Amino acid sequence: MRIGIDVGGTNTDAVLMDGRTVVGWAKSPTTKDVSSGITNVLTDLLKKTQAKPQDIAAVMLGTTHFTNAVVERKSLSKTAVVRIGLPATSALPPYIDWPEDLTAALGGIYYLVHGGYEFDGRPIAALNEDEIKGVAHQIREQGIDCVAISSVFSPVNPDQEKRAAEIIAAEIPGVKISLSHEIGRIGLLERENAAAMNACLSHLAIKIVQSFRDALAGLGISAPFYISQNDGTLMSAEFVEKYPVLTFASGPTNSMRGAAFLSGLKDAVVVDIGGTTSDVGVLSQGFPREASVAVRIGGVRTNFRMPDVLSFGLGGGSHVKPEPLQVGPQSVGYEITTRALVFGGNDLTTTDIAVAAGMVEIGDKSRVAHLDKELVHNALARMWEMIELSVDRMKTQAGGVPVILVGGGIILVGDSLNGVSELHRPEHASVANAIGAAIAQVGGEVDRIFSLDTTPRDKALEQAKEEAKARVLSSGALPDTVEIVDVEEVPLAYLPGNATRIRVKAVGTLAVD
Amino acid sequence: MWSVTHNDIEAIAIGAGILGTGGGGSPYLGQLRMQYLLKQGYSVNIISLDELADDARTCEVGWIGAPTVGIEKIWDGREPKWAVEALERYIGHSIDALLCSEIGGGNSIAPLEAGALTGKPVVDGDAMGRAFPEMQMSTHFIDGASCNPSAMVDEKGNAIILDHLVDSFALEHFARPLCVQMGCVGMLALPLMSGAQVKKSSVRGTLTLAKQVGEAVLRARRTKEPMMEAVLSVTDGVELFAGKLTDVQRRTADGFARGEMTCEGLGAYRGETLRIAFQNENLVAWKHDTVVACVPDLICLLETETGEPITTEQLRYGLRVTVLAIPCTDKFRTEAALKIVGPAAFGYPDVTYNPLPKQAGIGIE
Repeated sequence: MRIGIDVGGTNTDAVLMDGRTVVGWAKSPTTKDVSSGITNVLTDLLKKTQAKPQDIAAVMLGTTHFTNAVVERKSLSKTAVVRIGLPATSALPPYIDWPEDLTAALGGIYYLVHGGYEFDGRPIAALNEDEIKGVAHQIREQGIDCVAISSVFSPVNPDQEKRAAEIIAAEIPGVKISLSHEIGRIGLLERENAAAMNACLSHLAIKIVQSFRDALAGLGISAPFYISQNDGTLMSAEFVEKYPVLTFASGPTNSMRGAAFLSGLKDAVVVDIGGTTSDVGVLSQGFPREASVAVRIGGVRTNFRMPDVLSFGLGGGSHVKPEPLQVGPQSVGYEITTRALVFGGNDLTTTDIAVAAGMVEIGDKSRVAHLDKELVHNALARMWEMIELSVDRMKTQAGGVPVILVGGGIILVGDSLNGVSELHRPEHASVANAIGAAIAQVGGEVDRIFSLDTTPRDKALEQAKEEAKARVLSSGALPDTVEIVDVEEVPLAYLPGNATRIRVKAVGTLAVD
Repeated sequence: MWSVTHNDIEAIAIGAGILGTGGGGSPYLGQLRMQYLLKQGYSVNIISLDELADDARTCEVGWIGAPTVGIEKIWDGREPKWAVEALERYIGHSIDALLCSEIGGGNSIAPLEAGALTGKPVVDGDAMGRAFPEMQMSTHFIDGASCNPSAMVDEKGNAIILDHLVDSFALEHFARPLCVQMGCVGMLALPLMSGAQVKKSSVRGTLTLAKQVGEAVLRARRTKEPMMEAVLSVTDGVELFAGKLTDVQRRTADGFARGEMTCEGLGAYRGETLRIAFQNENLVAWKHDTVVACVPDLICLLETETGEPITTEQLRYGLRVTVLAIPCTDKFRTEAALKIVGPAAFGYPDVTYNPLPKQAGIGIE
């Protein structure tokens, strides 16, 4: 059996799963130190399900801890960025497009050294090892032990980044090094930004992973644990210590992956209705569709694999104002259990409307019996229209699409919605995010530029696919489960030689249970 | 004459993205670079065509290469200056003022960088009033400007002079392979023109226009006034469509990213479909098999909510877009010019160019 945990802003959810069966689940408030919230929810889960700690084969965890550290500029380490690219790249030094307070939190220290590659793999300049030793020396002198290394076209050839890392590691004992080619895609600044953010989280990552480990050990669970990343696949605990930045935006991804699992659908729109807001995303082949524009995190531009999510202000705790009719965006949030009418409070919420309409039995329904029938009718119509419009904006084809409803707020939705072919409300929908974390899949990606004049298209595609599959296998996937889930070809404009950027993503099932 | 500010650069970048009609590369990195130069104390002055002396020596400064490579191999920063200096060394004279080759996309900022680093003023105008994929698609060349001599440099300081080329097509044939050898990014300084030639051939006021378009977008974001109305208020364009991208087909041919997109209507356009063919830039738009706009007029895609320009490389399923059509410069509407920049030149011989109506006083002159 395995456990999935989702550490959200309000609640920490946990589920116990046996194969594809949800054995049981628990919810507990998220605590400031995170680990005691995890201890609480797991204690509750083990008690409810009568499971023994030794029965647990793996624990999968989704967390917003590292995103929040960057957004709040807390617990970040001083970081030096070493960029390999001279004589190119000096037009825009590292940290060029960062908010000043975040640059200050990292110290804003950077070095440009000679090297890097052209798009076709020719070196821009040879790596100068003495130059890098000199830089390492200066970094050590300043007492900095977190380093991000970026090199031009390292996704095409990572050799210089790797060699520079060896030299720096030899000069600075105990240094934590983040290599850009392991984190991001083509787009030097965005990839370097991600590497720098990763480096500044190095010490926090080790601390947090240890506190998770301690929480599990405290309950007698000795199973390996994994943390989910933004594309819906898993990283081992040891991997997270090195790549904490890959956990960014895993929350919406987990809830969409959970929805896919619970409904059995691979292509659908997912509506996750929480207490204050709803998120709409699109599943394509069982994975969230990615956002196509650059995503800023904590004010920094990145080119991460982020899910394309549309958020709007409708949740189970949203305020309903009668004249003129208004639903949300204000919400009573986690105070719903004291402030909503049906719970003895004085605020008219969307949940009260659902109870008054007889859609659900929660709290004391006599407290909403007085509500005007027309108001109830109109408020429901407005809520559904909000969902319908968002679904319509996200879907990619005309006509009805299947929709999966998850999250605690799905009681607000009736039997059908316009523009929706089938409405799914899977069992355990309120803990879809924790279930999403527990789906044991690992992934691998290749993003390279091929010259189709020298390598035929089929060969280039095949080569990229084989490399992506090899990456999945090295992450611990069962060989016969590995499949290609995404292939993207973008011809490079304005050039002869048919240079084409090929991006391939593969996933496989992790060997657990 | 006006001196460019930090905020002007942001506005020019947005406006240039919109005038790029899907191509020209993103001006984002150029914007960062130019703002970095201003922060370091550099400045650049923009002069109107009327402020230029008839006997002044001018040249364009602009990038050649693949934008996808440009976002990875960031430049040294001094290439715009080196390109101008290489040309000056070869002709044995100094150049008085700089010109923009292409206001659409990343090339809107390159002459400003050159101006900041050389101290030379930049003329408020360009040779396209939009973006186009090939160098001969230029009001300067159409009016007979000579591409001899031209200079091309890279981030390593390699400088190449091209001279005695038979025409601008030959320039295109020589410059592309050289650019590949330079690692797919190079900086060109050409053509040399007199102030009198510039006044006759350039598209007037396009740096100011890009700035005004960008300012309109930024203002609409701030005040929440209707985004497209704000953009249309400073151009003489029309809204063609608003909807959602439902299909993008791409193919590569001769080094150009060609393709076609389908957009399904939302709001007032529900039930309608718009189809747009592109080759780096948006070329022809059809509403139910009727051509509603085509080159050389501008077909601009903006993200509906933010007004952010969308390049053809960013096209993806599900993007919410508004499509605007803006009349091009009259200099592209002659029979001679249409042979080079009309629909037939892009492989659409069956499409007839019907010029979008213009309003006097605003938009592209």
